[in-house]
Amino acid sequence: MRGSLPVFAAAAAPPGRVKENPFVSVIEWFGEIGVFCARLFRIVLAPPWEFRELIRQCDEIGSKSLPLVALAGAATGVVLSLQTRDSLIHFGAKSLLPAVIFYSVIKESGPVITGLVVSGRVGAGIGAELGSMRVTDQIDAMEASAVEPMRFLVATRVAACILMLPLLTICADFCAIMMGWVAEAAVEPISLRHFLENGTQGVGFSDFIPPTLKTLVYGLIIGVVACFQGMRVRGGTEGVGRAATSSVVLSSLFVILADVILVRLILVFWS
Amino acid sequence: MAAPSRSVEVPVEVKDLRKSFGGHKVLDGISLRVPHGETLAVLGRSGTGKSVLLKLLVGLQTADAGSIRIAGEEIAGLNRARAGEVKSLNEIRKKTGYLFQQAALYDSLTVEQNVDFPLSRHSDLSESDRREKVRGLLSGVGMDPSDFDKMPSEISGGMQKRVGLARALALDPQILLLDEPTAGLDPITAAGIGSLITDLKKKRGITSLVVTHDVRGAEAFADCVVLLDEGRIVADGTFDELQRSTGPFVRQFLTGNGRSHGPRKKED
Repeated sequence: MRGSLPVFAAAAAPPGRVKENPFVSVIEWFGEIGVFCARLFRIVLAPPWEFRELIRQCDEIGSKSLPLVALAGAATGVVLSLQTRDSLIHFGAKSLLPAVIFYSVIKESGPVITGLVVSGRVGAGIGAELGSMRVTDQIDAMEASAVEPMRFLVATRVAACILMLPLLTICADFCAIMMGWVAEAAVEPISLRHFLENGTQGVGFSDFIPPTLKTLVYGLIIGVVACFQGMRVRGGTEGVGRAATSSVVLSSLFVILADVILVRLILVFWS
Repeated sequence: MAAPSRSVEVPVEVKDLRKSFGGHKVLDGISLRVPHGETLAVLGRSGTGKSVLLKLLVGLQTADAGSIRIAGEEIAGLNRARAGEVKSLNEIRKKTGYLFQQAALYDSLTVEQNVDFPLSRHSDLSESDRREKVRGLLSGVGMDPSDFDKMPSEISGGMQKRVGLARALALDPQILLLDEPTAGLDPITAAGIGSLITDLKKKRGITSLVVTHDVRGAEAFADCVVLLDEGRIVADGTFDELQRSTGPFVRQFLTGNGRSHGPRKKED
C-alpha cells in the first residue's frame, strides 16, 4: 500500500485498490465521515430509540472497560507520585505533592489516559465487530428486516461511548489519586485524610468539571470513527483487520488533536 | 401458520433492470415476473448477478435503470440514504423475507433471539406470544428445541440455513427471497430445505424467488426457471421447457457438461 496516509483509505478498499493519491483519500474520508455524521444526527433525533441495545452497549463499553481504565489510572497515579516527588523536594515544595497529583490527574492525565485506553479497547472492538457483521451480510440482513443499522448499531454505540467516557474518567481519576497516595505513603507515612486535604486545597470543582466533560467529545470521536470504519469495511477478513487497526489509530489521533483544541477552548471560555 | 396479509396478483415484477459496478455490467436489462403463490428459480453461473438481483429487490442496492415492483410498489427509484424513502423501503421489506447465502445470523444473539429480532421491532405481539411464534417457526423448519438457546456458531451450516429461513418467515411475508438456500449443504439436508420451500408454497401461498446453482433442487421446488448469463436472461420457462431446449448453453448448464462459454442472445 503506497502513500503516506494509508490509514484513511485502508478500511475502505481491498489491497491493490487503495487510491494512489493519499491526499485524495484523506479528503474523501472526511467527506464520507461528514455525510455519515449528518445521517447519524438525523437518525438520533427521530424515534424509535433502541434503549435496550443502548444499555447493552453501555455495559459492553463502560463496565467492561472499567478494569483497564482503573489500572491505567492507578499506574498514572503511582508514576506521577514517584516522578514529581524528587523534583518537588529539590525545590523545597514537597508539601505540594498531593496538590500536584490532584491537579495533573484531574486536569489532564485522567481524561487523556481514559480517552486513549478506551479508543484502544473499544475502538478496535467496534471496528472489528461491525466490520465482521458487514462482511458476513449481517448488516444487510438487518436492513432487509426493515431495521436501520445506523439506528440499531451505530447510534447506540456512539451514545454509549459518549455517556461512558466521563464516568470512566471519574473512575480513572479516583484510582490515580488513591494510588498516588499509596505510593507517597509507602515512601513517607501520610494519612489519607491529610493527603486529600492537601490535594483539594489547590483544586476546585471548577477545575474538575470542564476536563471531565471534555471526554464527552472523546466519546463522540471514538464512537463515530470506530463505527464509520467498521461500517465501510470491504474485502473480507483482511478488511476487518484493517478496520480494527484504523479505528484505533484514527480515534487515538483525533482524541489527541481534540484534546489540544478543547484545552485551549476551556482556557478561553472557562477561566 | 398465518397467511399473507394482502395478495397482489404479480408480487414481483422487474422490467429492464440494469446494474453496473465500475464499468462492469452485472445486470443488463433483466425483465421477469413472479405471479402470486409461484416459485421462480434463478439459475446461472457464479458472478452472473443473481445475488445482486435479490439485493436490488429489497433495496439493499440501487438499480442504475429499470423498474422493480414489489407487492405492487415501485422501489427502483427509492434512495436508502433519504429518511422518507427508507421508511417506504422498510414497509416493503416487512412484506419480504430474505434468506442470505451464508444465513447471516446475528452472531451475538441466540437462535431464538435471531428469529425474534424482526418480530420484536415490527409486531405488536406480547413477549409470550412472540416466544410462542418464534418457537413455532423454529419447529416448523425442523429445529430441535434443545438448539433454541444455542449461538449460531454452535450449530451446523444446514441448521443456520433453517434458522435463517425461520427468521425470513417471522413477519409473515408475502414474498420470500432465497439466496442459494442449498449451497454448501449435503444432498439430504439440501433436499430437506427444498421440501421446506415447497411446503411454504403450499401452506402459506408465499411467492418465492430462489437464486440457486442447484439444478435438481430447482426442478423439485420451482414452477418456473430463468437462466442468467452475463447479466442477461438467456432462457426462461418451466423446467420441462428448459430441458427440451436445444440451446448449447442451456444444455450445458442443465447437464453440467462441456466448455464454459455462454451465448449472449436468448435461446429457445
